[in-house]
Amino acid sequence: MTIKTVKDLQMGLAEGQFSSVEITREYLDKIKQVNPQLNAFIHTTEDQALTQAEDADNLIAKGKSQPLTGIPMAHKDIFCTDGIATTCGSRMLQNFIAPYNATVIEKFNAQHAVMLGKTNMDEFAMGSSNENSYFGAAKNPWDTGCVPGGSSGGSAVAVAANLTPAATGTDTGGSIRQPAAFCGITGLKPTYGRVSRYGMIAYASSLDQGGPMARTAEDCAILLEAMAGFDRRDSTSMQQEVPNYQAELNHELAGLKMGLPKEYFAEGLNPEVARGIDEAITEYQKLGVEVKDISLPNSKIAIPAYYVVAMAECSSNLSRFDGVRFGHRCDNPIDLEDLYKRSRAEGFGDEVKRRIMIGAYTLSAGYYDAFYLKAQKLRRLISQDFTQAFDEVDLIAGPTTPDVAFKIGDKTDDPVSMYLQDIYTISVNLAGLPAISIPAGFVNNKPVGLQLIGNYFSESRLLNAAYQFQQHTDWHQQSAEVQA
Amino acid sequence: MKWETVIGLEIHAQLATHSKIFSGASTAFGAEPNTQACAVDLGLPGVLPVLNSEVVNMAIKFGVAVNAHIAHESVFARKNYFYPDLPKGYQISQYELPIVGEGQITITPEEGISKVIGITRAHLEEDAGKSLHDQFTDQTGIDLNRAGTPLLEIVSEPDLRSAKEAVAYARKIHSLVQFLNICDGNMQEGSFRCDANVSVRPQGEEKLGTRAELKNINSFRFLERAINFEIERQIDLIEDGGEVVQETRLYDADKNETRSMRSKEEANDYRYFPDPDLLPVRISADDIQHIRDTLPELPEQKRQRYVEELNLSEYNADLLSGSRDIADYFETALAEAPDLASVLANWILGDLTGALNKSEMAFTESPVSPQQLAGLLKRISDHTISGKIAKDVFEAMWNGEGDADDIIERKGLKQITDTGAIEKMIDEVIANNPDQVEQFRAGKEKVLGFFVGQIMKQSKGKANPGQVNQLLRDKLKS
Amino acid sequence: MTLKREDVKNIAHLARLNIDEGAVDRYAADLSRILELVDQMNQVNTDDVMPMAHPMDASQRLRADEVSESNQRDKFQAIAPDVEIGLYRVPKVIE
Repeated sequence: MTIKTVKDLQMGLAEGQFSSVEITREYLDKIKQVNPQLNAFIHTTEDQALTQAEDADNLIAKGKSQPLTGIPMAHKDIFCTDGIATTCGSRMLQNFIAPYNATVIEKFNAQHAVMLGKTNMDEFAMGSSNENSYFGAAKNPWDTGCVPGGSSGGSAVAVAANLTPAATGTDTGGSIRQPAAFCGITGLKPTYGRVSRYGMIAYASSLDQGGPMARTAEDCAILLEAMAGFDRRDSTSMQQEVPNYQAELNHELAGLKMGLPKEYFAEGLNPEVARGIDEAITEYQKLGVEVKDISLPNSKIAIPAYYVVAMAECSSNLSRFDGVRFGHRCDNPIDLEDLYKRSRAEGFGDEVKRRIMIGAYTLSAGYYDAFYLKAQKLRRLISQDFTQAFDEVDLIAGPTTPDVAFKIGDKTDDPVSMYLQDIYTISVNLAGLPAISIPAGFVNNKPVGLQLIGNYFSESRLLNAAYQFQQHTDWHQQSAEVQA
Repeated sequence: MKWETVIGLEIHAQLATHSKIFSGASTAFGAEPNTQACAVDLGLPGVLPVLNSEVVNMAIKFGVAVNAHIAHESVFARKNYFYPDLPKGYQISQYELPIVGEGQITITPEEGISKVIGITRAHLEEDAGKSLHDQFTDQTGIDLNRAGTPLLEIVSEPDLRSAKEAVAYARKIHSLVQFLNICDGNMQEGSFRCDANVSVRPQGEEKLGTRAELKNINSFRFLERAINFEIERQIDLIEDGGEVVQETRLYDADKNETRSMRSKEEANDYRYFPDPDLLPVRISADDIQHIRDTLPELPEQKRQRYVEELNLSEYNADLLSGSRDIADYFETALAEAPDLASVLANWILGDLTGALNKSEMAFTESPVSPQQLAGLLKRISDHTISGKIAKDVFEAMWNGEGDADDIIERKGLKQITDTGAIEKMIDEVIANNPDQVEQFRAGKEKVLGFFVGQIMKQSKGKANPGQVNQLLRDKLKS
Repeated sequence: MTLKREDVKNIAHLARLNIDEGAVDRYAADLSRILELVDQMNQVNTDDVMPMAHPMDASQRLRADEVSESNQRDKFQAIAPDVEIGLYRVPKVIE
């Protein structure tokens, strides 16, 4: 099966080279063959996919197609899908059939896109390796002994291994960009408020943001155009017009100012990854981009500030899982307390429990100021660092991760070493900025990701910069084909 | 030792919106369980709250009416605790930055005594669902229809010094929210709920005593009783060498006592923090001014108008403006009979109130409509019937026999004003009672009453009493 | 900052999580390690900094007071663990 981008599929469908049913079947077959090794999907939705594909073919035949009509894609299992299991990677929701659609899903349905299935993820999006999934870790197709990154690991694997042309992900502290980097694909985390969070099971509400994961920046542009936009059901969704991202891809980059934060190239970065990033930046310079050294001085406390905010919010967000109205309920509870405590202890995995407990602790009486309030203040400082930087530059560039994909099991014993994986990605979430990770080479046959960070609502510019890079490099065309 | 009581009230007023505070589900009372609990109310994974504009308007109305500071920026926070009728495991409330700040209201606990009570704050929050304990033997049933109903929690300063004052304050707020049209005030359905923080301290002591929070009080009568019981309990406890513990106590109306709520004994740690799903609510000075300009007439303004423009007594004006229901009744009747304000006031506060009280009915349930009452009083004022006959007509109207005019017509109650007819009756009575005529002529004025009585009896009460009097005198003296 | 066994139990109770007696020490160690990381926040002075609760400086949008949701009880209760006569059920709550 040759690799096809969303763009290729759009053209093929439009020209009648193949039908949606044909390509949907192809992807479903491929998933059937390869998923047992990669564990990218928690479940596939074969019947529904074929029905949707048939409907799409009919619409195409009638000349009524929209940009994503008949395009197969996969959704992170954090998006609620009406009548379809939505597990969030947790035992808690193992049998949860969502009774409604997330806004993002509605938007894709409205265009008659085809859903192949729901992808694997760290439980409740808490993790940077996908090892926290109740359904087992997804495997990195470049080296199945390595993690694909997380939490949107399944989506990244599915795209990288050509099990789907595109997928959705969510990014709270790097959960789109880090797995995109580890798996050699393109992943965009939009500005906070750009994509509706309605129906996206919340981890940390003030940080969560859904976005596209695909092979190319062009595909991400196509997908974001469909996903983005104001939603009256989400108070934090912004009333900003959605630009025609595709139309903006072809701008030349000459004169663009790119900032390199010294903190992102400091100790802790694998020198070989650093070399890959340097080469990518050189490539940009060839395209006329001006490079400038900048500083984001508060980067060093971004990790603790991020984890305090995220854990506090998650401890509250996950209180609704109490075994009463949905989700896992323990057997024969002796009283209410027992119902709560056992249902939650059985339903949640270790990392989720740790985060809930730290969150509850940092919000509790006497600790609020020292932890939560302090973190909120640091958040402002981190955000101001970016504001100042964007006075000087148009984009900020650096590595997405300090290293390439690590071995499965390497960091599971030490939660903190896992948290440090997010060092270059989380500041963006605290500030609410958009950022993209694009493939930029290999170290030991494992992909390296280049991260570009933009100012608020500058997705066009990010996609444009990523697209131009991909016109001059072929890292994004490398394929991690896994044989059955 | 002399003791002083210190009381502060927390009133939860359900705001009379169509839809819930954060969802588009209906707030109508009495639906089948869980049929008005939508995805947002159930706290399904992934759902998000969006604030109802009317809720904000209503809070501002209240704030303006109690001369409070309205926050230009207020914030919703999560109050975290686990309870089965709290679907999300947190209640969306306001903590550090409530929408309504400090205000005040004047109460009249006794005729002629008024007192200003401070309002600490009023904040918006969502109501919880209901736990039903009687449906199953070993299980509690949860109905989430009420979950997400908007509440305005109105917190008073500890300015109240007796159960009587507390009731006067609660009634005042109750009346105000109804005048403002922001709460239906139905205490049986739980639309208006009072919790009382009660403590005692030795007279003259500055420091507040330890308080108990009384819950589950669903009428003003119970509020008074619960507080009085609690004051007694605390004083007895202290005088016996004991100590009041800070706790929540449930009022049991059947036993007329308060008892400790053991299930809530454990110290709560609510872990408040700003709700990240909601943004700060910003209210402009223009918004506030607009609401101020369009506020309905409030009880105080009504009272003044009744005295100054309608010439009612202070006492009647106070009573008529005391509740939305009475005021509405009065004003509807007044629209029909604009010249009869004073008579209307007397009838409404006398006969009608008496009849309603006897039947335990509210003004809104009155079998005699304001239009009907006005119709009746018009017939008194144009001398169609006498005040005495009017009482019978009122009773007939109460029993659903129709409007005053119908009843007067059907029963032939129209006053006899024909001089000839009255004179005929007088002549007859004089002829039949020569002894009494003698007595009168001998100067015994009181006998006149006897003659009037006879004539009224003969005319079945329909003779115009004034005319009877005049003609009698003329005839007897001649 | 280190958490003691008792702290862990209290927090677990606050969060309504059953923790096996045998796992308390492990949680104490893990959580203490996370709190050490969190401690790094104190490297930066934030005396005059306004807390930032939200990435965007935007105001809450208000919706019209309209009933937009219809009864979906059957659908919602199909996923509930224990429902009877339209009520969600939990072990008896004593007040």
